[in-house]
Amino acid sequence: MNSLEFSLIVGLFGAAAGFLGALTGLGGGVVITPVLTLLFGVDIRYAIGATLVSVIATSSGAASAFLKEGFSNIRIGMFLEIATTFGAITGAFLATRVATSALGVILGLVLLYSAFLSTRPKSEIHGKVRADSLADRLMLDSTYPTPHGWEPYRVQRVKTGFCMMFGAGALSGLLGIGSGALKVLAMDHAMRIPFKVSTSTSNFMIGVTAAASAGIYLNRGYIDPVLAMPVMLGVSIGSLLGARHLAGAETRVLRIVFGVVVGVLAIEMIYSGLRGKI
Amino acid sequence: MQKNEEQVERTIGVMLRGGVISAAAVVFAGGVWYLTRFGMLVPNYQTFRGEPPDLRSVAGVWQGVLGLQPRSVIQFGLLLLIATPIARVAFSAIAFAVQRDAVYAALSLVVLTVLIFSLLG
Repeated sequence: MNSLEFSLIVGLFGAAAGFLGALTGLGGGVVITPVLTLLFGVDIRYAIGATLVSVIATSSGAASAFLKEGFSNIRIGMFLEIATTFGAITGAFLATRVATSALGVILGLVLLYSAFLSTRPKSEIHGKVRADSLADRLMLDSTYPTPHGWEPYRVQRVKTGFCMMFGAGALSGLLGIGSGALKVLAMDHAMRIPFKVSTSTSNFMIGVTAAASAGIYLNRGYIDPVLAMPVMLGVSIGSLLGARHLAGAETRVLRIVFGVVVGVLAIEMIYSGLRGKI
Repeated sequence: MQKNEEQVERTIGVMLRGGVISAAAVVFAGGVWYLTRFGMLVPNYQTFRGEPPDLRSVAGVWQGVLGLQPRSVIQFGLLLLIATPIARVAFSAIAFAVQRDAVYAALSLVVLTVLIFSLLG
């Protein structure tokens, strides 16, 4: 297979991944690294580099759309980005030390957990609760649009959320993923931030988190332009179409299909990693 | 205050979209150029060798762009993409400073420092 054919095929896979990733909210990046390593035999380090770059593109594109709707909380994002960027740098340094087969196994486990999280019912417990003094000092509480007008919310357990964000950042830097599912978990589960605010603020943060480790990947020679090109363009176009399609679409079947695909890739990743084939 | 923050959000949205679109355009142009010249080569990503030094640093990539290397042009597009969130954080730092919000201006500067440290290695 020559470069032209390879680029076209990888671009198509990227577009499909981006489309399904946007529809299901899992992000297109999660399946690109397994597809590149398992189907195309790409070294996991090149695959991680290319995926990370596409993650920046999709999250920045989505964040600009979310900002218009008024769900994103820029203060929460900025504060938690301290945790995710330090985490991302830690993860990216670790990535150069950890055996590639171990990276494969960890990625598989994170994939399975992310897919599991996406099936979890969305918690909507917030509102009249005791304030967190740190949240007060950092002015994290805000309002968000609901069908009944703007509703206030109070942010809880800021320290717990901050620590979880460091972990999410570290996994992002280690595996070249956006780790959006984990960011949402920290915000909506631990910090009791409304789900819509959590997802759009998470999207807003993913680009910064990924940029923190992208620099280190670049310096280590993980980012190959000819491989990253079709991945980045394909995933971007796919997720743009996916986001358009999202309005009013019946996504239940697609969610299940994508969930199964993610699950199979994850198990294959773990299996190949354990056998030392990655 | 509320109005001011809305304006900041709108500007950030425009910055992010502009950054992604220009990065994608440069990557696409560089990609077409590369593939028309070297599309018949067989790529090998099976073994990790790491990129050559001129594709590993901002200065090296820029030299390659001036030297009309298609791979450097793609890499430059990817650098634009990496720079997009960095520019957003820089803009946030300024916006918080204008709002006289010292805590958040400082937080933004910490994040900005981490990002620049990482990119320049």
